[in-house]
Amino acid sequence: MFGSFMTNAWIVATMVAITAGIVGFFVVVRRAAFAAHVLPLGAFPGAAAASLLGVNELLGIVAFSALGVLGISQLQRWERREVATALWLAVALALGTLFLNMTRRYSQGVYALLFGEVFGIRSALIAPVAVLGAIAIAVTLLLFRPLLLDSLSPELGEAAGTGRGWIEFAFLAVLALCTATALPVVGALMVFSLMVGPASAARFLTDRPLLALTLSVVLSLATVWSAIALSYLSNWPVGFFVGALGGVFYAAGRLRHRGGPAPAR
Amino acid sequence: MTHSAALSVEGLSISLAGRQILKDVEFEVAPGEFCALIGANGSGKTTLLKAIVGLVKPDSGRIKVDADGSGGTSVGYVPQKISLDPHIPLRARDVVMLGLDGARLGLPLPSRARDARVEEMLQAVGAGDFAERRVGHLSGGQQQRILVAHALVRRPRLLLLDEPLANLDVRSVAEIVALLRRLSLQYRTAILLSAHDMNPLLPVMDRIVYLASRCAVSGKADEVVRTEVLSRLYGYHVDVVRVHGRVVVIAAHEPEEIRAALARDPVHTAEIP
Repeated sequence: MFGSFMTNAWIVATMVAITAGIVGFFVVVRRAAFAAHVLPLGAFPGAAAASLLGVNELLGIVAFSALGVLGISQLQRWERREVATALWLAVALALGTLFLNMTRRYSQGVYALLFGEVFGIRSALIAPVAVLGAIAIAVTLLLFRPLLLDSLSPELGEAAGTGRGWIEFAFLAVLALCTATALPVVGALMVFSLMVGPASAARFLTDRPLLALTLSVVLSLATVWSAIALSYLSNWPVGFFVGALGGVFYAAGRLRHRGGPAPAR
Repeated sequence: MTHSAALSVEGLSISLAGRQILKDVEFEVAPGEFCALIGANGSGKTTLLKAIVGLVKPDSGRIKVDADGSGGTSVGYVPQKISLDPHIPLRARDVVMLGLDGARLGLPLPSRARDARVEEMLQAVGAGDFAERRVGHLSGGQQQRILVAHALVRRPRLLLLDEPLANLDVRSVAEIVALLRRLSLQYRTAILLSAHDMNPLLPVMDRIVYLASRCAVSGKADEVVRTEVLSRLYGYHVDVVRVHGRVVVIAAHEPEEIRAALARDPVHTAEIP
């Protein structure tokens, strides 16, 4: 399990877990889970297009994540947040269908993009994932307080001088970076569960924001590391364990929290 | 006089989406003064407060907020109908801290000076007992105290509160009013507080700004809240009535808008007893 062919998996998965844990904290706090689901799914056609054109897949993912950020931000000026997000998903999936239809020999690749292929990670992927992840983490931590204030109340954020528009844009950009980092590893369907599971469990464990962020990273690492180990031992897919462990952590946090008042809504 | 005012508003006109909200509004608030901004729903109270914070651009007129030379913003603002999300892991103390440095970049580093200031503010608003609790789990009155501390922790010369008494029970209303009066004296902060009911504020207010028909009158409460003054402001006859120590403003006939709406919709007219 710790053999040399597994080294890449451990390294990249660790970087992805840290990034997703940090960004995921704000996904949960800002109620942006839908966007966290849509950006990876919307980036998936980018990978298909890249393969069609014969360029690097990661390039396609980054390009479509960026398009997603621009598309959703623009649509948000006219529509409510979830409608804007859904409209982007509709457009992206339409393109994805088209691109997939144009390539015949793609089904194996599609499977990997949707569900990840953590055991097949090439060394060439390590550097780009590290760079993208580091940028996502740096921007999130830099904007920690403005993001927190804006999440608590956009009006308070605005009054403090953090413009509503650019905070939301910056957050979507971070989400896109996290997507690009995690998609090749855990797959388009699982990026979302890695961002939402550990972070929503962490909220139950503490009332301190910085500690909750740290716990989110710890749980995310625990999820990914356990998922890889369990998948290696059982031959079941990594994605199953990532999602299931997220559910387990959430349930455990929920049970621990039962003494306190239940969060409304 | 003009130089010493904590806030002076001159000839302020604002329209939103082509509709005139405020027309030629003028008033001043002196340092440390407790000023009530009274008007019915939709009379432009929120718009006026937002314009003072800088969140709404006026068409014309001037808003001058007395800066204390520190260069930073000297306005504290508690917006209307804020609901604090119980899903966010954030203690009451953290919200006050964000009032101090919420716009700063980077992670908050430990700072004794900051902690002392936050602690003092928490004590000042009587939030010592629930400072460590998650802010979304506090009662409405407790949340209002925390929001006041959030807005005051930077020691602004002017504190704006938009309907802070709405949705509070009678006891909390009295407590918050008394707290604000004490804070304005303690920190010499001028307060401009909007409300649709002036009664809880009458014992503490130094000045009233009354908004109606897009215009404003201001002065001492007993100069402004009078039948002839408010009738002139509304543009039709209203009666100022005192019952059981409470002041009520009653329109002798339906305002223009209501009569016009009723005329357009005769079905509803029939249902009104």
